[in-house]
Amino acid sequence: MSDIRSIRLNVNGVYHEFLAESRTHLADALRKHLGLTGTHLGCEHGVCGACTILADGQPVRACLILAVQAQEMRIVTIEGLAATDKTHPVQDAMAACGGLQCGFCTPGVVASLVALLEEDPVRSREDIREAVSGHLCRCTGYQGMVDAGVKAAAMMQADR
Amino acid sequence: MNSRLVGTRSERREDAKLLSGRGRYVDDISLPGLLEAAFVRSTAGHGRILSVDVAAARTMPGVHAVLTYADLVAAGAGSRMPLPFPHPAAREGLTQYALAADEVCYVGEPIAIVVADDRQLAEDAASAVIVDVDPLPVAIGCVDAAKDDAPNVHSDRSSNVAAHLSVGFGDVDAVFDAAAHVFSDRVAMHRGGCHAMECRGVVAEYSRHDDHLTVWTSTQSPYLVRRILCQHLGRDEHVTRVLAPDVGGGFGPKANVYPEEIVVPIAAMALGRPVRWSEDRREHFVATLQQRDQIWEVEVAADERGRMTGLRGRAWHDAGAYLPYGVVLPLTALTALPGPYALDAVSVTMDVVHTNAVPTAPVRGAGRPCAAFVLERMADRIAQELDIDPAEVRRRSFVTAEQMPYATGMRYRDGSSVSYDSGDYAQCLEAAVERSGYAGFEDRRRAALADGRYLGIGIASYVEDTGVGPFEGATVRVERSGRVVLTTGAANQGQGHATMLSQICADALSVDLNSIRIESADTGRFPMGMGTIGSRIAVMAGSSVQQAATEVRMKALAVAADAFGVGTQALTIEGGFISVLGQPDQSISLGEIAARLFPTVGGVLPSDVSAGLEATSFFSNGGRIAYAYGTHVAEVEVILDTGEVRLLRYTVAHDCGRIINPAIVDGQIIGGVVHGIGNALFERMMHDDQGQPVNANYGEYLLPMACEIPPIDIVHIETPSPLNPLGAKGAGEGGTIPAAAAIIGAIERALPGTARLLHHPVGPEQLYALINLNSPLTSKISGVAAQLQSR
Amino acid sequence: MKSAPFTYHRPTSETELGELLLAHDGAKLLAGGQSLLAMMNLRYVQPDHVIDLAALAHLKGVMLVNNLAVVGAMTTQAQLMTDTVISAHCPLMVGALRHVGHRQTRSRGTLGGSLCHLDPAAELPAVALCHDAVLEIVSASGRRDVGIEDWFIAYMTPALGEGEYLSRIRLASKPKGHGWGFREFARRQGDFALAGAACLLIVDDEQRISDARAVVFGVETRPRRLSAVEAALIGSAPSAALFARLTSETRALEAVDDAYASGAYRRRLGGVMLGQALTDAARRATGGLA
Repeated sequence: MSDIRSIRLNVNGVYHEFLAESRTHLADALRKHLGLTGTHLGCEHGVCGACTILADGQPVRACLILAVQAQEMRIVTIEGLAATDKTHPVQDAMAACGGLQCGFCTPGVVASLVALLEEDPVRSREDIREAVSGHLCRCTGYQGMVDAGVKAAAMMQADR
Repeated sequence: MNSRLVGTRSERREDAKLLSGRGRYVDDISLPGLLEAAFVRSTAGHGRILSVDVAAARTMPGVHAVLTYADLVAAGAGSRMPLPFPHPAAREGLTQYALAADEVCYVGEPIAIVVADDRQLAEDAASAVIVDVDPLPVAIGCVDAAKDDAPNVHSDRSSNVAAHLSVGFGDVDAVFDAAAHVFSDRVAMHRGGCHAMECRGVVAEYSRHDDHLTVWTSTQSPYLVRRILCQHLGRDEHVTRVLAPDVGGGFGPKANVYPEEIVVPIAAMALGRPVRWSEDRREHFVATLQQRDQIWEVEVAADERGRMTGLRGRAWHDAGAYLPYGVVLPLTALTALPGPYALDAVSVTMDVVHTNAVPTAPVRGAGRPCAAFVLERMADRIAQELDIDPAEVRRRSFVTAEQMPYATGMRYRDGSSVSYDSGDYAQCLEAAVERSGYAGFEDRRRAALADGRYLGIGIASYVEDTGVGPFEGATVRVERSGRVVLTTGAANQGQGHATMLSQICADALSVDLNSIRIESADTGRFPMGMGTIGSRIAVMAGSSVQQAATEVRMKALAVAADAFGVGTQALTIEGGFISVLGQPDQSISLGEIAARLFPTVGGVLPSDVSAGLEATSFFSNGGRIAYAYGTHVAEVEVILDTGEVRLLRYTVAHDCGRIINPAIVDGQIIGGVVHGIGNALFERMMHDDQGQPVNANYGEYLLPMACEIPPIDIVHIETPSPLNPLGAKGAGEGGTIPAAAAIIGAIERALPGTARLLHHPVGPEQLYALINLNSPLTSKISGVAAQLQSR
Repeated sequence: MKSAPFTYHRPTSETELGELLLAHDGAKLLAGGQSLLAMMNLRYVQPDHVIDLAALAHLKGVMLVNNLAVVGAMTTQAQLMTDTVISAHCPLMVGALRHVGHRQTRSRGTLGGSLCHLDPAAELPAVALCHDAVLEIVSASGRRDVGIEDWFIAYMTPALGEGEYLSRIRLASKPKGHGWGFREFARRQGDFALAGAACLLIVDDEQRISDARAVVFGVETRPRRLSAVEAALIGSAPSAALFARLTSETRALEAVDDAYASGAYRRRLGGVMLGQALTDAARRATGGLA
């Protein structure tokens, strides 16, 4: 009784159209249908945060949205966070502060920090920690990520 | 030797790729015709398989194959999986069949594989496979399972004790008879799973044209996987290639060789199409090895000044249903004794006990945290009973710097004497004491008490054997473009090996970091390797790179010297160029030298020089171990009203020898401490009495997240190891080893007069019950304190 | 962990929704998806039909009508956190939302979804109870109102029949200057509570409590208003001694006993949280947190 749909998604500024079952979640659509494998699956029940992407500027769990629901959203994934040949201050700060090791949780963390700081780069360390608390990491112990958020916030405030 | 980059916080070369989502993990691999698989797994803790009906599943949409044990037999793979690490004490070394034959012994044991067009369809068909299992009695909990009247974990084996291990030295009876003090305690430790954020996964592709099998797997040990796979399938290694792509965390369990790594290749070979299996998180809870319980009943002997003189006792270790990793884990726990202490005698025996649960194997720390927990809890007991500062008990009991190298009394498997190579444990403790403000704690405690707040401080020390051999290897090759290619068997799961090895190579060869390319963890590109376990890669692979790069440097200098007609001492090498000192126009690039050593047909090699500007080294440490060590201090607050523990600050002082990249080492330590926090306060893999996992999801199995972590402060001490050209020791697990001990010790100290805390994890309800044992309102909960619970 | 197959529907009108509900018995309504899609990924729940409420604009948004905050069931938790009507009239909800999951789940999770899922440890049902919520239920056969006390039928079972859906929630506004307190005890930031308390205090000019709500959640299988506590509060002056005495009222609760906490401990925690929430509410009510 598979319900196959034609689905049209706006991802990183580009429209894509593909066929998929309606049960396909957005993360699988990005990974398997659009070849955007930067968004990762760590738990598929909404806790680990590895699949976090931006939908209309808000951080969301891509494993808990059906692709068919995402058709009117402006989706931004890790691959589209910075303009070509440039990096986002969050990416630079993560590298400078030891915010990643194996890289698996990283795209989700970057998405959350970008969402937080693009909304308002004036953030306390506690605010940044709270945003990072929506992510599980087994490598870094989180300290480097929070440091990265603080550094990126400063960079983005200076840029304004 | 040049030390431009070694020792610096070089930014990681891996980061640019990972930060832009260009990592390539197993589930990211794309191959023409790739099919996806799902496994049918046992939902019973123990049972006899009556039938596996795949008829309906085979006809479902998109299904290409459903394979069971019968298909393994037909493929010549019907025996139990090979045991990679046999040990004389493990009488049988029981491993599982790659797909269950006639009995299942743990929830999660694989029974069948479904291969379909995509994972959704594979799961649909997997749920249509009808498995009829006749339930058999289940044994859960290693102490109970060891008893004579326990149910059989395997129906045809009447004893659940897989091995009886025993370590020791010295005259234990004499030491205890002479002791001024003897204290006994029962210590119960629970670990949990590794929970790397990337679950496991395997892709297999087979070519009928040349009988070539390629397997990508999220592994720490591609060479071991190849060896076991070839052994089990009767294949030659040279036509079997195993590689680890980007791997999202390992922490131990990815060093094992798994049934899925056998079955997925068989499916690919049967279908003539590439097949992938990606483990999902629910599977990870029941399909990937974990650690669970160790219980130790011990006595510690101390002299009148509180110096620890001896340890004896018996222990139980939960092995799970099989021994895929042999007895490496329980043995590592035992051989971690006597830790940093100069004990006069040790005697500990351990029963390695099967239970009807997923098998266990090393998880970060690999049993050493268990030994450290026991030693540190007993050191605190001595401190408590004799009213001595816990730090002082350590000072009085430590092996001293003057005693190095120190033969502990223990023996390696080959009979040789265990010897700590170097170190000053007391100095390291002082560094931790100083940085943590340990001396000022009493004042802080009293001030907080006046505010109705309860603070505690705990201190714990450890020694870690790192850099185990027998070897690791690397090839350094310069191409005619000047590109330096560094190839190694070493596998990376986030530790920044590419950066660390590049730094070593860049310094040894005097080239820029960016001219170096790394290839790793591929049996097709590098002939031999061991695996990333036991904090060994910096020592073993790093030293190989050092040696190989140095050899290349020497060769290049010799060729240049000959070309310029000078001695090598008249040359300087910098930035990929060799020039005559004082004559910068007399200069030749490494690339050009490489080209001279790889000319065209009819060309001539320089005399007495072999072809190619490259060298390969397999560094071996002759079986000698480099011992890292450290001391941790944890400061906590316990909220009496609720039993909540708040971590206030955490301090690490450690010595892992010469540090190649301090930022990477910081990351390893902080990450390791957070694993320890999980062990101390959060992680408990619960099974009911039928072997059903109770909390196999991330809402109920708790891993620490960012708001639960205190500031973690690190002091680095660098005493170069004499055992390798880098002077390095391992750093991957030291953060975890004493962490639970430091935290539990701190909680205990926050609540003086309450019962000893001899287990972990410790949850708020247990603490609440301990605090309020005499309150009538909580008399109902007091029973909880006696039980091994996490709530 | 891929969901079992289902047919997806996305009605754009109330009429269409009504027809779908009539046509498909057992269809699951999809709100924010943070609970339902997780359960479906795990195959705990395998509906044949899923009806997505996202395209029904009339189910979103917050309005102030006759001193009631009227919240569309599909309003997201993130929207509620920054809504001016909610911050003015139901600040308790803003305080509670800080404990509901994480930013990344609040961007999708809805008030209606939380009220229909009815996890015993969820925060928003407790807030609804404090604010005397009236739930507007719609079906093909008409509309009905359900008072929040009648909403809790059993463990994770609301008074929502086959073919019905929750359309809006009316929350009683509390007077300006009222005090609110929200405390929960969870193992980690964002987790479901082991126990929690939500309180409202209205303090008159003579510093006497003229109205109170005291709700404990996570202890029983549903959030519970402690009427004995409220009765003791009304007419009294707020004081630490009074609050301390009242914390023992949780011992009457029929607490859940499971692998994560015993009933006795939950009751105890509920009492501690109650005391803290009452203290916070009192401080806020008498003008400014101390």
